[in-house]
Amino acid sequence: MDFHLTKEQLMLRKMYREFAENEVKPLAEEIDEEERFPMETVEKMGKLGMMGIYFPKEYGGAGGDVLSYAMAVEELAKVCGTTAVILSAHTSLCCAPIFENGTEEQKKKYLPDLCSGRKIGAFGLTEPNAGTDASGQQTTAVLEGDHYVLNGSKCFITNGNVADTFVVFAMTDKKAGNHGISAFIVEKSFPGFSTGKHEKKMGIRGSSTCDLIFEDCIVPKENLLGKEGKGFKIAMQTLDGGRIGIASQALGLGEGAVNEAIKYTKERVQFGRRLSQFQNTQFQLADMHCRMQAAQYLVYAAACKKQLHEPYSMDASMAKLFAAEAASDVTRRAVQLFGGYGYTREYPVERMMRDAKITEIYEGTSEVQRMVISSHLGVK
Amino acid sequence: MKIIVSVKQVPDTSGKVAVNPDGTLDRASMQTITNPDDLNAVEAALKLKDETGCKVIVVTMGPPPAEGMLREILAMGADEAVLVSAREFGGSDTYATSQILAAAINRIGVEKDDIVMCGRQAIDGDTAQVGPQIAEKLHLPQVTYAADIQKSGDTITVKRMLEDGYMTIKVQTPCLLTCIKELNNPRYMSVSGVFEAYSKPMSVFDYEALKDDPLIDATTIGLKGSPTNILTSFTPPQKGAGMMLEGDGKETCEKLAGILAKKHII
Repeated sequence: MDFHLTKEQLMLRKMYREFAENEVKPLAEEIDEEERFPMETVEKMGKLGMMGIYFPKEYGGAGGDVLSYAMAVEELAKVCGTTAVILSAHTSLCCAPIFENGTEEQKKKYLPDLCSGRKIGAFGLTEPNAGTDASGQQTTAVLEGDHYVLNGSKCFITNGNVADTFVVFAMTDKKAGNHGISAFIVEKSFPGFSTGKHEKKMGIRGSSTCDLIFEDCIVPKENLLGKEGKGFKIAMQTLDGGRIGIASQALGLGEGAVNEAIKYTKERVQFGRRLSQFQNTQFQLADMHCRMQAAQYLVYAAACKKQLHEPYSMDASMAKLFAAEAASDVTRRAVQLFGGYGYTREYPVERMMRDAKITEIYEGTSEVQRMVISSHLGVK
Repeated sequence: MKIIVSVKQVPDTSGKVAVNPDGTLDRASMQTITNPDDLNAVEAALKLKDETGCKVIVVTMGPPPAEGMLREILAMGADEAVLVSAREFGGSDTYATSQILAAAINRIGVEKDDIVMCGRQAIDGDTAQVGPQIAEKLHLPQVTYAADIQKSGDTITVKRMLEDGYMTIKVQTPCLLTCIKELNNPRYMSVSGVFEAYSKPMSVFDYEALKDDPLIDATTIGLKGSPTNILTSFTPPQKGAGMMLEGDGKETCEKLAGILAKKHII
């Protein structure tokens, strides 16, 4: 087993790190405080090829690999959870399903703008009554001549207010259950499409999260993604990939908190000694680092399996489950090491703790990941 | 048209500076970076490439690991790289280095429309001598301290930044420019650039490749041939913290005047 990164991946890590430190970190506190979407950062990421890292050049991508993408989300999350999820949702939940399920025409039409960052992507599966139970879709799509008519609404859609292109799921055959769900590529300019209220969140506050509303929304027939009735499968496959993105976000958040805690505890003096000289601090940080290192191995392994087209569903679930719970634990411990200062917005660890919590919830809760893993183990 | 950019890998002086017993820098134990001013030269070249479609060739003299730095500059958008590397070149001072680099640039070839760019100076030696010496050896007109570069045909208008103001100079190609940090903000590597970096051409010029160049004098290259000898090197004592007086009253002014008088400044 080769645990070494390639020369290109090492170079990319350096580039991501410099970009994150110089362009992303300086905005992290402000966009959290003001709940502002960092459009300027997205434009910069687009120019650098970060919005389409693992898609082929013929579709405008950078021609990279899945691990190089996971590392980008990780490095961004070390300094800003918001920016990391913007990239993750765009790449894993919109570009990927179009690339993996789209026709040649759909790929040529949508991917170049998405991969260059000229357009932002989003994914609409969750509904008010279809969260963890995604099969309970109530949004409908009815074929009328050369187009489908969509009616219904979606909620908690990451990038919702800023996206141009959406991968949306709707029932084309209510009687068929999961097999009656279909996927569509929806543009924000389609008649009958609108976005609803912006959610005020605990963390990742700079990211856009809102409702999508479909009122007799006209979607051309050629925008059906995959075959009619195959939408649930597309959604589940997409979420498998998405979990690598969120696991990378969680990984970065935890690693970022460890970095901040190391820096702080080497400076802060109490009882005449630096905090880093107390054994409690040393043991805490050793444990925190071990957890994040273990998370990194799981995340990288899942990313490599996806790249090699090996089955990776369980690996992605394990990576997300472990990384998300590790990130929540490690960021909470970081706040504790900072003491009262950690609880203030003067230092970034409280933001990291708020940002980390969502990684245990979205793109499949930790409980869903346990269901996926145990079902792969044949435990029924 | 092409632009040849000369760059140098230097120790990262933002970290710990290590010195060998003989007074030379202990480069092996220090992190390395691309010399900051050189990245401004790279960016200026890449900007001209964006505008004109010209070719950008980056050249460095250094040990084999300097290839990593060259690959990073290829990932920023340069087209080709040349690594000048040989034991015979090791320990060269600025006089020797500029001979070797001039010979390497000569071998690449400087044509009528071409520009050679360098950073103003490297953060390790801080001499600002190599760029101008290369220009002299290649008989190229040189403009140093470029804070703005505009190209129109074969004329380049350069705004030089000096301590007490600016000087605008027009120069014909081929020429050599040295660049300062005020010139631009160097771009990042791009993701696709990184994936292309290892398939772009890179040549290694060793001693054999350059020894017959008329610019090379075998007796004045390398540590032995360098006219500069380091007698000693030391870390200068840290300056103490400055003193701040606050207030606008007469008392503060008198106190300030007293301190200055005591130091014989007034």
